[in-house]
Amino acid sequence: MTSRDLVLARLRAALAAAPPTVPDRATAAYRRHGDLPPGDPELLDLLARRLTDYRAEVHRVAASAVADTVTGILAAAGASVVVVPPGLPADWRPGDIEVVVDDDLPAARLARLDAVVTAAAVAVAETGTIVLDAAADQGRRVISLLPDLHVCVVRPGQVVATVPEGVARLTPGRPLTWISGPSATSDIELNRVEGVHGPRRLHVVVTDR
Amino acid sequence: MTETFLGMPATAPAGVGNLRGDEPFPVAARRALADAQLRRNLRHATGTIRAKSAAVIGEVPDWPELRAAGRAIKSDTMARLPELLEQLEAAVTAAGGTVHWAADAVEANRIVTDLIRAAGADRVMKVKSMATQEIGLNEALEAAGITPVETDLAELIVQLGRDRPSHILVPAIHRNRAEIREVFLREMPGVDPALSDEPAALAAAARRHLRETFLSTRVAVSGANFAVAETGTLAVVESEGNGRMCLTLPETLITVMGIEKVVPSWDDLAVFLQLLPRASTGERMNPYTSMWTGVTPGDGPQAFHLVLLDNGRSAVLADEVGRQALHCIRCSACLNVCPVYERTGGHAYGSVYPGPIGAVLSPQLTGVEENASLPYASSLCGACFDACPVMIDIPSVLVHLRARHVAERRAAHRTPSAEAVAMAAAAYTMDHPRLYAAAQRAAGLGRLAGRALPPPLNGWTASRDVPAAPPQTFRQWWAERRSES
Amino acid sequence: MRIALFVTCLADTLFPEAAKATVRLLERLGHQVVFPADQTCCGQMHINTGYPDDALRLVRRHVQAFAPYDVVVAPSGSCVGSVRHQHAAVARRAGDERLASRAEQVARHTYELSELLIDVLGVTDVGAYYPHRVTYHPTCHSLRMLRVGDRPLRLLREVRGLDLVELPDAEQCCGFGGTFAVKNADTSTAMLADKMRHVLATRADVCTAGDASCLMHIGGGLSRLRAGVRTVHLAEILASTEPVPAGGSTSEGGPVRAPDREARR
Repeated sequence: MTSRDLVLARLRAALAAAPPTVPDRATAAYRRHGDLPPGDPELLDLLARRLTDYRAEVHRVAASAVADTVTGILAAAGASVVVVPPGLPADWRPGDIEVVVDDDLPAARLARLDAVVTAAAVAVAETGTIVLDAAADQGRRVISLLPDLHVCVVRPGQVVATVPEGVARLTPGRPLTWISGPSATSDIELNRVEGVHGPRRLHVVVTDR
Repeated sequence: MTETFLGMPATAPAGVGNLRGDEPFPVAARRALADAQLRRNLRHATGTIRAKSAAVIGEVPDWPELRAAGRAIKSDTMARLPELLEQLEAAVTAAGGTVHWAADAVEANRIVTDLIRAAGADRVMKVKSMATQEIGLNEALEAAGITPVETDLAELIVQLGRDRPSHILVPAIHRNRAEIREVFLREMPGVDPALSDEPAALAAAARRHLRETFLSTRVAVSGANFAVAETGTLAVVESEGNGRMCLTLPETLITVMGIEKVVPSWDDLAVFLQLLPRASTGERMNPYTSMWTGVTPGDGPQAFHLVLLDNGRSAVLADEVGRQALHCIRCSACLNVCPVYERTGGHAYGSVYPGPIGAVLSPQLTGVEENASLPYASSLCGACFDACPVMIDIPSVLVHLRARHVAERRAAHRTPSAEAVAMAAAAYTMDHPRLYAAAQRAAGLGRLAGRALPPPLNGWTASRDVPAAPPQTFRQWWAERRSES
Repeated sequence: MRIALFVTCLADTLFPEAAKATVRLLERLGHQVVFPADQTCCGQMHINTGYPDDALRLVRRHVQAFAPYDVVVAPSGSCVGSVRHQHAAVARRAGDERLASRAEQVARHTYELSELLIDVLGVTDVGAYYPHRVTYHPTCHSLRMLRVGDRPLRLLREVRGLDLVELPDAEQCCGFGGTFAVKNADTSTAMLADKMRHVLATRADVCTAGDASCLMHIGGGLSRLRAGVRTVHLAEILASTEPVPAGGSTSEGGPVRAPDREARR
């Protein structure tokens, strides 16, 4: 008998001895949608408040001003080299700084870069969360992990109210990273402090279209 | 009851892992209660988290519905666990992963050790995982000449301090900032001697300490918070980014997962991703959640192994009342609200699963007799049931396990315990009103009021007075009143 | 209304004042109280200590004693909690489905005192008078098994002369827990110490609750400390009335001090 067969046989025996009663899932009707449609200005306000609450910095700008905004963020942070995913829209690319396009860069190299600029797949307003799904404008998971400053650009149509709406929009097979503020820990006296292994600074640029 | 039959539900084997303490709860608790610093640390930490959690739960209009949904999903999962595991296995395999089945801790440790050796590594980095704590993986790896490096801050504090974890979420909850600073100064190579005890400075020290490990270690071991049967997707919920490092940077990723962590469908994540952070760290959402499905070419580890662990879970599933302990999502809310845990801390429970959930889970995983004091380590106040995000009725399971303990003891011994004799006598007396009234009068005559009762009741009179027996019982008063009127 | 008193073994034997007060209060409100003499103990101690088989005969006795009555009241949240949440399960565990359904029937008609007053009798002002500084401990089983909520507080707020002060960390367990107080005496004592600290911080004269068992625990600790704070069951406060002015006799419920408690101090 393989361990697989053994474990499955044990479980079947356990259930056969006392068949379980299962509560009706339909009675547990939780909210699948918020009251506001994706991209609603009030949702964008909520997203901004929730991100700020967890020490992310939020910039609300016109779509035409993304590159300038990103450039300003990087300059203010003193960054000199920034990595971007290959599919980042050309008009989002910062100027006045060395831009490296990720081309399977080794981790050691990425760890020496100052910042990363990515798009997002979805943002959840109620929880202040952005989700990356490794599409071409977001890149490999590692590029948004090793640099100490992450700038993430979010379009209004990507902003949903609730976690269930966010989950419904994502594609399960893709590598997904849910990000809610900069790296943090609650391990010392259960108080949240920001800045551990992931990027210690998170800037979210929310565009107007 | 050590006899096992192939294919019948089995408890976790002794001699491996960390499910059994060395001494009964009351003995270990007594020592913990004498540690004033420990009690201050725990009171402060649990008080902080209770307030934070209550605030963010208060923001959610459908919290009761989410809890009910969480319970329904978990009940449904347990009802068809074998099928869901087979479905998960197929989906992970189709996505380029390899699935292994471990009947117990010994087998799981062997599988992981062999995989690390096959990858040619002598060091692994670890994401905090209750399953690997449970099976004693670190001890097994060290015995095999492999160095495990814990990367979660609290686990690192415990590992560096050669300490034991005392909380599911925050294993170093029993340590305050000053104590953590001391551990770092003593054990962290190259640490700045001027390190302050500010939490931000301590976190930064951990960042510097582990950076090189993340970049150079080729194999990582993780646990899993959820595994979606229909898609083969695994999820790890964390805060610091150490999880992302371990799940993204190495060549080989090995995930050890208790079989109860599977959920049926993708949508189910929407429920648990709302319940877990608010109930555990008191955040609307934890900083990072990673989800991956098998292997993604060009992104992350190119070899992925999933180890499905039984180690007593089939025995838990066999208990009609107790099986709900398998619904636990390891949030720690029950620990944070428990008046017993707040005063004794986690070490008193012996097992890696402390607090109320540990008191119902550990005895079921090992067999009740091997953790017989744990079901009694509760005043049955019910705070845990109210706090549980998936509505596990912990008080009812505790009471059920007490009955199991009594029944198993009765079956194993020819002579009944003194307690059993007293209980039977009391029930007999109380089932005969004349005897009962006589016993009441005897109590009144005996005037057992005062300051010292014999063992085992001296536990009461050590710090409390016994009420004076009244001159007349209620039923005597009632009878007199009736005859007067 | 005809109301059957489920006295509970603890109140019957050790705290009859709470039970007598329940009778006086309900009679003062114009109801008839009956006392089914066959009742003894609900079996909660047996159930919670791991002896549901021994409890079965007590469950059967309780169901037989109370099945004939439409309304049953007990001055104990904990014992009502056992009737409501444990009795049927004990019967079912023993395979006695008929007893289980009868137990459920009895449970539906069984009320803790504050539930009876507010939900069934529809009163919050029971006409009581109690000129003392009082703090209320919401016992775990009243709070979390029965969900009595603020019913006791609503009743207390209507009591003339009563100065109600909030108990810090009120919802934390006092550490009683039945045999927990004996099997885990050290932990229980640590919990009790914190509860007493909070009670003393209120500077109340009286700590009240709806459960004689928890009051026995807290009162036993306060008595040992000689703290000067008394524990008094909610029923005794609600039964107390203003002394009738000169010419009349003092009502049965007041003045407020229970003689046996006084004698002890």
